[in-house]
Amino acid sequence: MNRRLFPWLIGLSLVFFVVAPILIVRAPLEQEMGLIQKIFYFHFSAWMAMYLSICVLGISSAQFLFRRKPAADRLAVSAAEAALVFGLMGLITGPIWAVKSWGVWWNWDARTTIALILELILVAYLLLRSYGGPGSDRLAAGLGMFAMANLPFLYISTNIWRTIHPPTSVVPTLPVDFGIPLWWSFAGFIVLCLALLTARVRLEEQRATLDRLYLALEDE
Amino acid sequence: MSRFLQVAWLVVRKDLRVESRNKEMLLTTLFFAVSCVLVFSFGFVRGGAAIEGSASGVLWITIAFSGTLALGRAFERERHHDALRGLLMAPVDRPAIYVGKLVGVLLLLAVVEALVVVMIAFLFQAPLFRHGWWLLTLLSLGTIGFASVGTLFSAMLLRTRSRAVLLPVLLYPVTIPVLIMGVSGTFALVQPDPDLVLARVWVSLLFFFDIVFVTLALWTFEPVMTE
Repeated sequence: MNRRLFPWLIGLSLVFFVVAPILIVRAPLEQEMGLIQKIFYFHFSAWMAMYLSICVLGISSAQFLFRRKPAADRLAVSAAEAALVFGLMGLITGPIWAVKSWGVWWNWDARTTIALILELILVAYLLLRSYGGPGSDRLAAGLGMFAMANLPFLYISTNIWRTIHPPTSVVPTLPVDFGIPLWWSFAGFIVLCLALLTARVRLEEQRATLDRLYLALEDE
Repeated sequence: MSRFLQVAWLVVRKDLRVESRNKEMLLTTLFFAVSCVLVFSFGFVRGGAAIEGSASGVLWITIAFSGTLALGRAFERERHHDALRGLLMAPVDRPAIYVGKLVGVLLLLAVVEALVVVMIAFLFQAPLFRHGWWLLTLLSLGTIGFASVGTLFSAMLLRTRSRAVLLPVLLYPVTIPVLIMGVSGTFALVQPDPDLVLARVWVSLLFFFDIVFVTLALWTFEPVMTE
Protein backbone atom coordinates (compact mmCIF):
# COMPACT_ATOMS: atom_id res chain seq x y z
CA MET A 1 0.00 0.00 0.00
CA ASN A 2 2.78 2.36 0.94
CA ARG A 3 4.70 1.72 -2.25
CA ARG A 4 1.81 2.90 -4.39
CA LEU A 5 0.79 5.78 -2.15
CA PHE A 6 4.19 7.43 -1.82
CA PRO A 7 4.67 8.72 -5.41
CA TRP A 8 1.19 10.29 -5.34
CA LEU A 9 1.79 11.97 -2.00
CA ILE A 10 5.18 13.31 -3.02
CA GLY A 11 3.80 14.52 -6.35
CA LEU A 12 0.91 16.26 -4.60
CA SER A 13 3.15 17.94 -2.03
CA LEU A 14 5.40 19.10 -4.87
CA VAL A 15 2.41 20.77 -6.48
CA PHE A 16 1.51 22.42 -3.19
CA PHE A 17 5.01 23.74 -2.59
CA VAL A 18 5.48 25.04 -6.11
CA VAL A 19 2.24 27.04 -5.94
CA ALA A 20 2.58 28.12 -2.27
CA PRO A 21 5.29 30.80 -2.80
CA ILE A 22 3.17 32.35 -5.55
CA LEU A 23 0.16 32.57 -3.24
CA ILE A 24 2.29 33.87 -0.39
CA VAL A 25 3.85 36.62 -2.49
CA ARG A 26 0.41 37.61 -3.74
CA ALA A 27 -1.05 37.76 -0.22
CA PRO A 28 -1.49 41.28 1.17
CA LEU A 29 1.19 42.75 3.43
CA GLU A 30 0.14 42.89 7.05
CA GLN A 31 -0.07 46.40 8.46
CA GLU A 32 2.18 46.21 11.47
CA MET A 33 4.65 43.46 10.68
CA GLY A 34 5.10 43.82 6.94
CA LEU A 35 7.08 41.21 5.05
CA ILE A 36 8.17 39.19 8.10
CA GLN A 37 4.55 38.22 8.78
CA LYS A 38 4.65 35.91 5.73
CA ILE A 39 6.82 33.44 7.62
CA PHE A 40 3.63 32.69 9.55
CA TYR A 41 2.24 30.63 6.65
CA PHE A 42 5.03 28.06 6.96
CA HIS A 43 5.46 28.45 10.72
CA PHE A 44 1.84 27.61 11.48
CA SER A 45 1.78 24.78 8.91
CA ALA A 46 4.98 23.22 10.26
CA TRP A 47 3.54 23.18 13.79
CA MET A 48 0.28 21.65 12.55
CA ALA A 49 2.24 18.90 10.78
CA MET A 50 4.15 18.35 14.02
CA TYR A 51 0.90 18.09 16.02
CA LEU A 52 -0.43 15.56 13.52
CA SER A 53 2.76 13.51 13.83
CA ILE A 54 2.63 13.62 17.63
CA CYS A 55 -1.00 12.45 17.61
CA VAL A 56 -0.01 9.58 15.30
CA LEU A 57 2.92 8.84 17.64
CA GLY A 58 0.68 8.75 20.70
CA ILE A 59 -2.03 6.60 19.16
CA SER A 60 0.35 4.10 17.54
CA SER A 61 2.39 3.92 20.78
CA ALA A 62 -0.80 3.04 22.67
CA GLN A 63 -1.69 0.43 20.03
CA PHE A 64 1.77 -1.12 20.22
CA LEU A 65 1.84 -1.10 24.02
CA PHE A 66 -1.63 -2.58 24.54
CA ARG A 67 -2.21 -4.61 21.35
CA ARG A 68 1.38 -5.53 20.44
CA LYS A 69 0.97 -4.76 16.73
CA PRO A 70 4.46 -4.50 15.14
CA ALA A 71 3.08 -2.23 12.41
CA ALA A 72 2.07 0.26 15.11
CA ASP A 73 5.64 0.36 16.40
CA ARG A 74 6.98 1.06 12.89
CA LEU A 75 4.47 3.89 12.50
CA ALA A 76 5.40 5.29 15.92
CA VAL A 77 9.12 5.60 15.17
CA SER A 78 8.37 7.15 11.76
CA ALA A 79 5.98 9.65 13.35
CA ALA A 80 8.58 10.58 15.99
CA GLU A 81 11.16 11.40 13.33
CA ALA A 82 8.64 13.38 11.26
CA ALA A 83 7.51 15.30 14.36
CA LEU A 84 11.13 16.12 15.19
CA VAL A 85 11.78 17.51 11.71
CA PHE A 86 8.62 19.63 11.54
CA GLY A 87 9.10 20.80 15.10
CA LEU A 88 12.61 21.95 14.21
CA MET A 89 11.17 23.90 11.30
CA GLY A 90 8.72 25.57 13.66
CA LEU A 91 11.39 26.32 16.24
CA ILE A 92 13.63 27.91 13.61
CA THR A 93 10.94 29.97 11.85
CA GLY A 94 9.49 31.15 15.16
CA PRO A 95 12.54 33.08 16.44
CA ILE A 96 13.11 34.58 12.97
CA TRP A 97 9.61 36.03 13.18
CA ALA A 98 9.96 36.88 16.86
CA VAL A 99 13.12 38.96 16.54
CA LYS A 100 11.30 41.33 14.21
CA SER A 101 7.93 41.42 15.95
CA TRP A 102 8.82 41.12 19.63
CA GLY A 103 12.43 42.28 19.50
CA VAL A 104 13.75 39.09 21.16
CA TRP A 105 14.90 35.80 19.63
CA TRP A 106 13.31 33.80 22.41
CA ASN A 107 11.10 34.48 25.42
CA TRP A 108 9.93 31.88 27.83
CA ASP A 109 6.23 32.22 27.30
CA ALA A 110 3.98 29.18 27.76
CA ARG A 111 3.55 28.00 24.20
CA THR A 112 7.14 28.38 23.03
CA THR A 113 8.36 26.68 26.21
CA ILE A 114 6.10 23.67 25.89
CA ALA A 115 6.87 23.40 22.18
CA LEU A 116 10.54 23.18 23.10
CA ILE A 117 9.75 20.57 25.78
CA LEU A 118 7.91 18.44 23.22
CA GLU A 119 10.92 18.64 20.94
CA LEU A 120 13.14 17.48 23.82
CA ILE A 121 10.79 14.56 24.50
CA LEU A 122 11.06 13.54 20.86
CA VAL A 123 14.86 13.64 21.02
CA ALA A 124 14.67 11.54 24.21
CA TYR A 125 12.37 9.08 22.44
CA LEU A 126 14.80 8.67 19.54
CA LEU A 127 17.79 8.36 21.90
CA LEU A 128 15.96 5.61 23.78
CA ARG A 129 15.18 3.78 20.53
CA SER A 130 18.81 4.05 19.38
CA TYR A 131 20.67 3.27 22.61
CA GLY A 132 18.18 1.46 24.79
CA GLY A 133 18.98 -2.00 23.50
CA PRO A 134 16.42 -4.82 23.20
CA GLY A 135 12.98 -4.11 24.56
CA SER A 136 13.33 -0.36 24.09
CA ASP A 137 10.48 -0.31 21.59
CA ARG A 138 7.95 -0.94 24.35
CA LEU A 139 9.57 1.54 26.68
CA ALA A 140 9.61 4.15 23.95
CA ALA A 141 5.91 3.45 23.35
CA GLY A 142 5.27 4.35 27.01
CA LEU A 143 7.25 7.56 26.54
CA GLY A 144 5.32 8.32 23.33
CA MET A 145 2.06 8.24 25.26
CA PHE A 146 3.44 10.67 27.82
CA ALA A 147 4.38 13.00 24.96
CA MET A 148 0.82 12.92 23.72
CA ALA A 149 -0.52 13.60 27.22
CA ASN A 150 1.48 16.83 27.23
CA LEU A 151 -0.21 18.02 24.04
CA PRO A 152 -3.43 19.43 25.56
CA PHE A 153 -1.35 21.51 27.95
CA LEU A 154 0.35 23.04 24.90
CA TYR A 155 -2.94 23.96 23.28
CA ILE A 156 -4.74 25.47 26.26
CA SER A 157 -1.63 27.23 27.59
CA THR A 158 -2.11 30.40 25.57
CA ASN A 159 -5.72 30.64 26.63
CA ILE A 160 -5.10 30.24 30.35
CA TRP A 161 -1.79 31.95 30.95
CA ARG A 162 -1.01 35.56 30.06
CA THR A 163 1.37 35.43 27.16
CA ILE A 164 2.50 37.55 24.26
CA HIS A 165 2.21 34.67 21.76
CA PRO A 166 -0.79 35.33 19.46
CA PRO A 167 -3.76 33.56 21.06
CA THR A 168 -5.40 30.62 19.32
CA SER A 169 -8.36 32.74 18.23
CA VAL A 170 -6.27 34.55 15.59
CA VAL A 171 -6.48 31.86 12.90
CA PRO A 172 -10.28 31.46 12.68
CA THR A 173 -10.74 35.24 12.34
CA LEU A 174 -8.24 35.73 9.51
CA PRO A 175 -9.55 37.58 6.46
CA VAL A 176 -9.81 35.54 3.24
CA ASP A 177 -6.78 37.14 1.58
CA PHE A 178 -4.59 35.82 4.37
CA GLY A 179 -6.58 32.63 4.72
CA ILE A 180 -5.98 31.20 1.23
CA PRO A 181 -2.15 31.02 1.32
CA LEU A 182 -2.35 29.83 4.94
CA TRP A 183 -4.63 26.89 4.30
CA TRP A 184 -2.80 26.06 1.06
CA SER A 185 0.53 25.91 2.93
CA PHE A 186 -1.18 23.95 5.71
CA ALA A 187 -2.44 21.38 3.18
CA GLY A 188 1.01 21.20 1.59
CA PHE A 189 2.72 20.49 4.90
CA ILE A 190 0.16 17.86 5.88
CA VAL A 191 0.59 16.06 2.55
CA LEU A 192 4.39 16.27 2.91
CA CYS A 193 4.11 14.87 6.43
CA LEU A 194 2.03 11.94 5.16
CA ALA A 195 4.50 11.35 2.32
CA LEU A 196 7.44 11.25 4.75
CA LEU A 197 5.55 8.92 7.10
CA THR A 198 4.75 6.57 4.21
CA ALA A 199 8.37 6.43 3.09
CA ARG A 200 9.72 5.93 6.60
CA VAL A 201 7.19 3.21 7.49
CA ARG A 202 8.13 1.43 4.27
CA LEU A 203 11.81 1.55 5.33
CA GLU A 204 10.93 0.01 8.70
CA GLU A 205 8.86 -2.71 7.01
CA GLN A 206 11.79 -3.59 4.78
CA ARG A 207 14.10 -3.73 7.81
CA ALA A 208 11.68 -6.06 9.59
CA THR A 209 11.48 -8.30 6.48
CA LEU A 210 15.29 -8.38 6.29
CA ASP A 211 15.54 -9.39 9.96
CA ARG A 212 13.02 -12.15 9.43
CA LEU A 213 14.93 -13.45 6.42
CA TYR A 214 18.27 -13.41 8.30
CA LEU A 215 16.72 -15.33 11.18
CA ALA A 216 15.16 -17.84 8.76
CA LEU A 217 18.55 -18.25 7.09
CA GLU A 218 20.29 -18.87 10.41
CA ASP A 219 17.72 -21.45 11.39
CA GLU A 220 18.47 -23.57 8.35
CA MET B 1 -9.38 -2.10 46.37
CA SER B 2 -8.29 -2.99 49.91
CA ARG B 3 -6.18 -5.83 48.47
CA PHE B 4 -4.55 -3.31 46.15
CA LEU B 5 -3.70 -1.03 49.09
CA GLN B 6 -2.57 -4.01 51.14
CA VAL B 7 -0.08 -5.04 48.45
CA ALA B 8 1.13 -1.46 48.08
CA TRP B 9 1.60 -1.22 51.83
CA LEU B 10 3.57 -4.52 51.87
CA VAL B 11 5.94 -3.13 49.22
CA VAL B 12 6.38 0.11 51.22
CA ARG B 13 6.97 -1.81 54.43
CA LYS B 14 9.53 -4.05 52.74
CA ASP B 15 11.46 -1.06 51.40
CA LEU B 16 11.30 0.80 54.72
CA ARG B 17 12.53 -2.25 56.59
CA VAL B 18 15.47 -2.82 54.24
CA GLU B 19 16.30 0.88 54.29
CA SER B 20 16.14 1.12 58.08
CA ARG B 21 18.85 -1.52 58.34
CA ASN B 22 21.57 0.30 56.43
CA LYS B 23 20.06 3.75 55.62
CA GLU B 24 22.22 3.95 52.53
CA MET B 25 19.75 5.65 50.20
CA LEU B 26 18.52 8.08 52.82
CA LEU B 27 21.93 9.30 53.92
CA THR B 28 23.47 9.53 50.47
CA THR B 29 20.48 11.35 49.02
CA LEU B 30 20.36 13.76 51.98
CA PHE B 31 24.05 14.50 51.70
CA PHE B 32 23.76 15.03 47.96
CA ALA B 33 20.86 17.48 48.46
CA VAL B 34 22.85 19.40 51.08
CA SER B 35 25.88 19.65 48.76
CA CYS B 36 23.61 20.76 45.95
CA VAL B 37 22.14 23.62 47.98
CA LEU B 38 25.60 24.67 49.15
CA VAL B 39 26.97 24.74 45.63
CA PHE B 40 24.02 26.81 44.47
CA SER B 41 24.46 29.20 47.36
CA PHE B 42 28.10 29.75 46.31
CA GLY B 43 26.79 30.71 42.90
CA PHE B 44 23.76 32.77 43.77
CA VAL B 45 24.43 34.43 47.11
CA ARG B 46 26.64 37.51 46.78
CA GLY B 47 27.69 39.59 49.73
CA GLY B 48 25.17 37.98 52.04
CA ALA B 49 22.20 38.66 49.77
CA ALA B 50 20.71 36.15 47.38
CA ILE B 51 19.94 37.05 43.77
CA GLU B 52 16.25 37.83 43.56
CA GLY B 53 14.07 34.86 42.74
CA SER B 54 16.90 32.36 42.96
CA ALA B 55 15.57 30.58 46.05
CA SER B 56 12.53 29.10 44.30
CA GLY B 57 14.62 27.89 41.38
CA VAL B 58 17.28 26.36 43.61
CA LEU B 59 14.64 24.58 45.69
CA TRP B 60 13.10 22.82 42.73
CA ILE B 61 16.38 22.06 40.95
CA THR B 62 17.64 20.42 44.15
CA ILE B 63 14.45 18.38 44.38
CA ALA B 64 14.82 17.34 40.73
CA PHE B 65 18.47 16.31 41.10
CA SER B 66 18.01 14.49 44.42
CA GLY B 67 14.87 12.92 43.07
CA THR B 68 16.71 11.60 40.02
CA LEU B 69 19.37 10.12 42.26
CA ALA B 70 16.74 8.42 44.45
CA LEU B 71 14.69 7.21 41.49
CA GLY B 72 17.73 5.73 39.80
CA ARG B 73 18.07 3.42 42.75
CA ALA B 74 14.40 2.84 43.49
CA PHE B 75 14.40 -0.57 41.84
CA GLU B 76 18.09 -1.25 42.41
CA ARG B 77 17.48 -3.88 45.09
CA GLU B 78 15.15 -5.79 42.81
CA ARG B 79 17.85 -6.19 40.18
CA HIS B 80 19.74 -8.74 42.24
CA HIS B 81 18.87 -12.39 42.79
CA ASP B 82 15.97 -12.21 40.32
CA ALA B 83 13.92 -10.34 42.92
CA LEU B 84 12.11 -8.39 40.24
CA ARG B 85 10.92 -11.54 38.53
CA GLY B 86 9.67 -12.82 41.86
CA LEU B 87 7.83 -9.58 42.48
CA LEU B 88 6.25 -9.60 39.03
CA MET B 89 5.26 -13.25 39.32
CA ALA B 90 3.31 -12.60 42.51
CA PRO B 91 -0.46 -12.99 41.98
CA VAL B 92 -1.15 -9.33 42.68
CA ASP B 93 -2.14 -6.26 40.69
CA ARG B 94 1.06 -4.94 39.15
CA PRO B 95 0.01 -1.30 39.56
CA ALA B 96 -0.05 -1.97 43.32
CA ILE B 97 3.69 -2.65 43.16
CA TYR B 98 4.12 0.65 41.35
CA VAL B 99 2.12 2.51 44.00
CA GLY B 100 4.17 0.88 46.76
CA LYS B 101 7.42 1.97 45.13
CA LEU B 102 6.05 5.45 44.51
CA VAL B 103 5.10 5.89 48.16
CA GLY B 104 8.58 4.76 49.18
CA VAL B 105 10.20 7.35 46.91
CA LEU B 106 7.79 10.06 48.15
CA LEU B 107 8.67 9.33 51.78
CA LEU B 108 12.37 9.61 51.00
CA LEU B 109 11.89 12.87 49.10
CA ALA B 110 9.70 14.26 51.91
CA VAL B 111 12.60 13.91 54.35
CA VAL B 112 15.03 15.44 51.84
CA GLU B 113 12.71 18.36 51.12
CA ALA B 114 12.15 19.09 54.79
CA LEU B 115 15.88 19.59 55.20
CA VAL B 116 16.36 21.44 51.91
CA VAL B 117 13.56 23.94 52.60
CA VAL B 118 15.08 24.85 55.97
CA MET B 119 18.54 25.20 54.42
CA ILE B 120 17.33 27.41 51.59
CA ALA B 121 15.24 29.58 53.91
CA PHE B 122 18.40 30.07 55.96
CA LEU B 123 21.08 30.45 53.24
CA PHE B 124 19.01 32.44 50.74
CA GLN B 125 17.04 34.39 53.37
CA ALA B 126 13.86 33.45 51.56
CA PRO B 127 10.55 33.77 53.46
CA LEU B 128 9.54 30.20 52.58
CA PHE B 129 7.56 29.68 55.80
CA ARG B 130 5.42 32.77 55.42
CA HIS B 131 2.70 30.79 53.67
CA GLY B 132 3.68 27.41 55.00
CA TRP B 133 0.53 25.48 54.05
CA TRP B 134 0.63 26.77 50.48
CA LEU B 135 4.27 25.79 50.17
CA LEU B 136 3.53 22.36 51.62
CA THR B 137 0.73 21.83 49.08
CA LEU B 138 2.92 23.00 46.23
CA LEU B 139 5.82 20.77 47.27
CA SER B 140 3.55 17.74 47.79
CA LEU B 141 1.82 18.02 44.43
CA GLY B 142 5.02 18.81 42.58
CA THR B 143 6.90 15.91 44.16
CA ILE B 144 4.03 13.52 43.40
CA GLY B 145 4.07 14.63 39.75
CA PHE B 146 7.84 14.28 39.47
CA ALA B 147 8.06 10.98 41.35
CA SER B 148 5.11 9.34 39.59
CA VAL B 149 6.74 9.75 36.18
CA GLY B 150 10.18 8.95 37.59
CA THR B 151 9.11 5.70 39.26
CA LEU B 152 7.57 4.47 36.04
CA PHE B 153 10.63 5.35 33.97
CA SER B 154 12.95 3.85 36.57
CA ALA B 155 11.01 0.59 36.42
CA MET B 156 10.93 0.71 32.62
CA LEU B 157 14.66 1.19 32.32
CA LEU B 158 15.63 -1.46 34.86
CA ARG B 159 16.86 -3.98 32.33
CA THR B 160 17.99 -1.43 29.74
CA ARG B 161 21.52 -0.73 28.68
CA SER B 162 22.83 2.74 29.65
CA ARG B 163 19.93 3.15 32.09
CA ALA B 164 21.91 5.51 34.35
CA VAL B 165 22.17 8.16 31.66
CA LEU B 166 18.84 7.43 30.00
CA LEU B 167 16.78 8.05 33.15
CA PRO B 168 17.51 11.81 33.35
CA VAL B 169 17.37 12.07 29.53
CA LEU B 170 13.82 10.70 29.54
CA LEU B 171 12.65 12.14 32.85
CA TYR B 172 13.55 15.83 32.61
CA PRO B 173 11.70 16.76 29.41
CA VAL B 174 8.50 15.09 30.62
CA THR B 175 8.68 16.66 34.09
CA ILE B 176 9.77 20.17 33.06
CA PRO B 177 6.11 21.38 33.25
CA VAL B 178 6.00 20.19 36.88
CA LEU B 179 9.19 22.09 37.65
CA ILE B 180 7.97 25.23 35.89
CA MET B 181 4.71 25.17 37.86
CA GLY B 182 6.54 24.48 41.10
CA VAL B 183 9.09 27.27 40.60
CA SER B 184 6.45 29.78 39.49
CA GLY B 185 4.19 28.88 42.42
CA THR B 186 7.03 29.13 44.93
CA PHE B 187 8.14 32.43 43.45
CA ALA B 188 4.60 33.79 43.79
CA LEU B 189 4.74 32.89 47.49
CA VAL B 190 8.16 34.30 48.37
CA GLN B 191 8.01 37.63 46.56
CA PRO B 192 7.91 40.75 48.74
CA ASP B 193 4.23 41.10 47.79
CA PRO B 194 2.98 37.49 47.64
CA ASP B 195 0.44 36.67 44.94
CA LEU B 196 -1.80 33.99 46.47
CA VAL B 197 -4.25 34.01 43.57
CA LEU B 198 -1.48 33.12 41.14
CA ALA B 199 -0.15 30.51 43.56
CA ARG B 200 -3.60 28.94 43.65
CA VAL B 201 -3.66 28.77 39.83
CA TRP B 202 -0.35 26.92 39.80
CA VAL B 203 -1.48 24.57 42.57
CA SER B 204 -4.65 23.73 40.61
CA LEU B 205 -2.66 23.09 37.44
CA LEU B 206 -0.24 20.86 39.34
CA PHE B 207 -3.16 18.92 40.77
CA PHE B 208 -4.60 18.40 37.30
CA PHE B 209 -1.20 17.41 35.94
CA ASP B 210 -0.77 14.87 38.78
CA ILE B 211 -4.15 13.29 38.10
CA VAL B 212 -3.32 12.86 34.40
CA PHE B 213 0.16 11.47 34.89
CA VAL B 214 -0.49 9.18 37.84
CA THR B 215 -3.40 7.68 35.90
CA LEU B 216 -1.25 7.27 32.82
CA ALA B 217 1.55 5.69 34.86
CA LEU B 218 -0.85 3.22 36.52
CA TRP B 219 -2.25 2.35 33.13
CA THR B 220 1.10 1.77 31.40
CA PHE B 221 3.00 0.05 34.24
CA GLU B 222 1.57 -3.38 33.50
CA PRO B 223 2.21 -3.57 29.71
CA VAL B 224 5.63 -1.95 30.02
CA MET B 225 6.83 -4.38 32.68
CA THR B 226 5.56 -7.51 30.95
CA GLU B 227 8.32 -9.57 29.41
